[in-house]
Amino acid sequence: MPVITVLEAIRDAMREEMRKDERVFVMGEDIGARGGVFLATDGFLSEFGEERVIDTPLAESSIAGIALGSAMSGLRPIAEIEFADFIWPTINQIVGEASKVRYGTEGKLQAPMVLRAPQGGGVRGALYHSQSVEALFAHTPGLKVVTPSTPYDAKGLLKASIRDDDPVIFLEHKRTYRLVKGEVPEEEYTIPIGKADIKKSGDDLSIITYGLMVHHCLEAAQLAASKNISVEVLDLRTVRPLDVESIIGTVEKTGKVLIVYEDNQALGIGSEVSALISEHAFEYLDAPVVRLGGPEVPAMPFSPPLENMFMIDTEKISTAINKLAEY
Amino acid sequence: MANSTKAQSNREIQNDQLLDMYKEMVLCRTLDERIWMLNRQGKAAIVASSQGHEAGQIGSVAALRKGYDQCYIYYRDLAVLLTLGLTPAEIIKGFVAKEGEPLSGARQFPTHGAHPEYGVINLSNVIATHIPQAVGAALTAKMKKEDRVIVAYFGDGASSAGDCHEAMNFAAIHKLPIIFFCENNGYAISVPLSKQMAVDSVASRAEGYGMPGIEIDGCDIVTVYETTVEAVSRARAGLGPTLIEANVERYLPHTSDDDDSIYRPAEEIEEAKKRDPLQLLSKQLFELNILDEKEDQAIRENAKTIVNMATEEAENAPYPETTDFHKHVYSE
Ligand SMILES: Cc1ncc(C[n+]2csc(CCOP(=O)(O)OP(=O)(O)O)c2C)c(N)n1
Ligand SMILES: [Mg+2]
Repeated sequence: MPVITVLEAIRDAMREEMRKDERVFVMGEDIGARGGVFLATDGFLSEFGEERVIDTPLAESSIAGIALGSAMSGLRPIAEIEFADFIWPTINQIVGEASKVRYGTEGKLQAPMVLRAPQGGGVRGALYHSQSVEALFAHTPGLKVVTPSTPYDAKGLLKASIRDDDPVIFLEHKRTYRLVKGEVPEEEYTIPIGKADIKKSGDDLSIITYGLMVHHCLEAAQLAASKNISVEVLDLRTVRPLDVESIIGTVEKTGKVLIVYEDNQALGIGSEVSALISEHAFEYLDAPVVRLGGPEVPAMPFSPPLENMFMIDTEKISTAINKLAEY
Repeated sequence: MANSTKAQSNREIQNDQLLDMYKEMVLCRTLDERIWMLNRQGKAAIVASSQGHEAGQIGSVAALRKGYDQCYIYYRDLAVLLTLGLTPAEIIKGFVAKEGEPLSGARQFPTHGAHPEYGVINLSNVIATHIPQAVGAALTAKMKKEDRVIVAYFGDGASSAGDCHEAMNFAAIHKLPIIFFCENNGYAISVPLSKQMAVDSVASRAEGYGMPGIEIDGCDIVTVYETTVEAVSRARAGLGPTLIEANVERYLPHTSDDDDSIYRPAEEIEEAKKRDPLQLLSKQLFELNILDEKEDQAIRENAKTIVNMATEEAENAPYPETTDFHKHVYSE
């Protein structure tokens, strides 16, 4: 199987879907001649032409609104927001509007659109090129929110998102783009939205995580193994809908849960996962559920020591594992 | 250009003032080149260059009451920061993210944060968000009956954002003391003007909001100065906002992360260099006999010395302590 990066997987997914389905097109800032600031649409302009590869003016609210309108009228747009930090003007069109299209028309209309954005930190991006935005979108029923961690997952999930009949917010951790490589089959596949994946199986303690943090957690799990702590790593892959069954399954197996996420800890994905566990799997718990999430500051600072203080890394996860294992 | 008034002013700029502007421009260019180099050496994570924009920035600031009027700037406004009073060492500290960076304590990207004493705010990297905020500051000036003028600096790309349109509309309705200063370099990263707007100038939109729109050569510092002086006096007199579109050039890629060879022909940049604001100004000064070869050399040497010393100071500064990491989330 070919080994490719997350970025290549995303590019391949879009390209294959555009080749197969005429209704699929891409729009966003700098996605044409530039091929996107991260090169996710590199080569698209020459292959698909200006009609299906639209360089937009710098105006995110209209990017989302126009994508939504085209989706409601029969196309399948993939709109790119250059950095997730610039996604806030789309809240009106996505959280306010897209989420309610099906519900508000009794199913007469639908919004099969994908809004892609690179997010996350650890890249010296400072306050405005490091944010994680999943929780704000995941709060609203009617939207789906996907947060892949590997090339295999990114490709399969993006293809599923493009084919999905509901609006999908597809959040790619920009640090994984070139850093994370993995095998991806040449033959066609999709991964169902809403299915978590056990990235490493273990018995003593479960880590529930997603996105870039999956990789730090796997490293920490490796380190824990040398101390005879067997850690299971469950990658949520999709933060809405959450795979409640897999979450309960891992709690049942290990009895101890650490939830790791880079986004603000309070009122984040981990808060919901923790609540689900206490509602559905309380009797399996051997210790209180622990969250390791972003600190109580509004965004990630620039200077290296400040950025390091914000970012969760393997060391911080290891400390949390050891503490929980001792409980 | 359609619907725009060309600048007409007979306000004379003084010779020594012109020479001072030249010194500022030389210093800014020298500093900008150094910062770009620091990026290439791996010492500065991200740089957005001001090269080609300097006349627009320095010429407009010269028309303001420094420290009283307020500038809401964006990331490419190095010369605004410098002429308002930030030192080269303070600025470089931002790029190398060191302690003593005065705008945000190195929490933000270089040049971002605020320096209220100098009347300069660069709150965010999110394009155009500052334009309505600047209008809010102009509203404050009007409500407090202060004759303060606000300048919102932004690029051609920013002019597409809803925030920009909404802000201009409000400012015109309420005749607020603000200048919308668009530094049009023809590109929003890779997206050329033709893909950003169907009209041929940003200034032409002003009529639709009900304010004067003036398109000028932003590489000609005298024109920039005179046009801004006019707009400032309109604003101070309570006559409302002005939209100035200064046509400038971007000589380097969008930022140090960009590769402009993918989307921009090299010949276009060569052509643009023919109107380099620095060369235009030095030519003017030579023609006016304000400057000679020897003094020009001295000015450039002096700038180099200042920038060398500033670089050393910034590089030797420590990183900020993490003790204040949680500070300033709320009032304490
Ligand atoms: C709201 C928002 N969208 C996208 C970006 C990414 N971005 C940064 S600069 C830029 C282009 C800005 O162009 P322009 O306003 O013309 O300023 P210039 O860089 O040319 O001086 C873009 C798209 C951003 N920072 N903010
Ligand atoms: Mg521009």
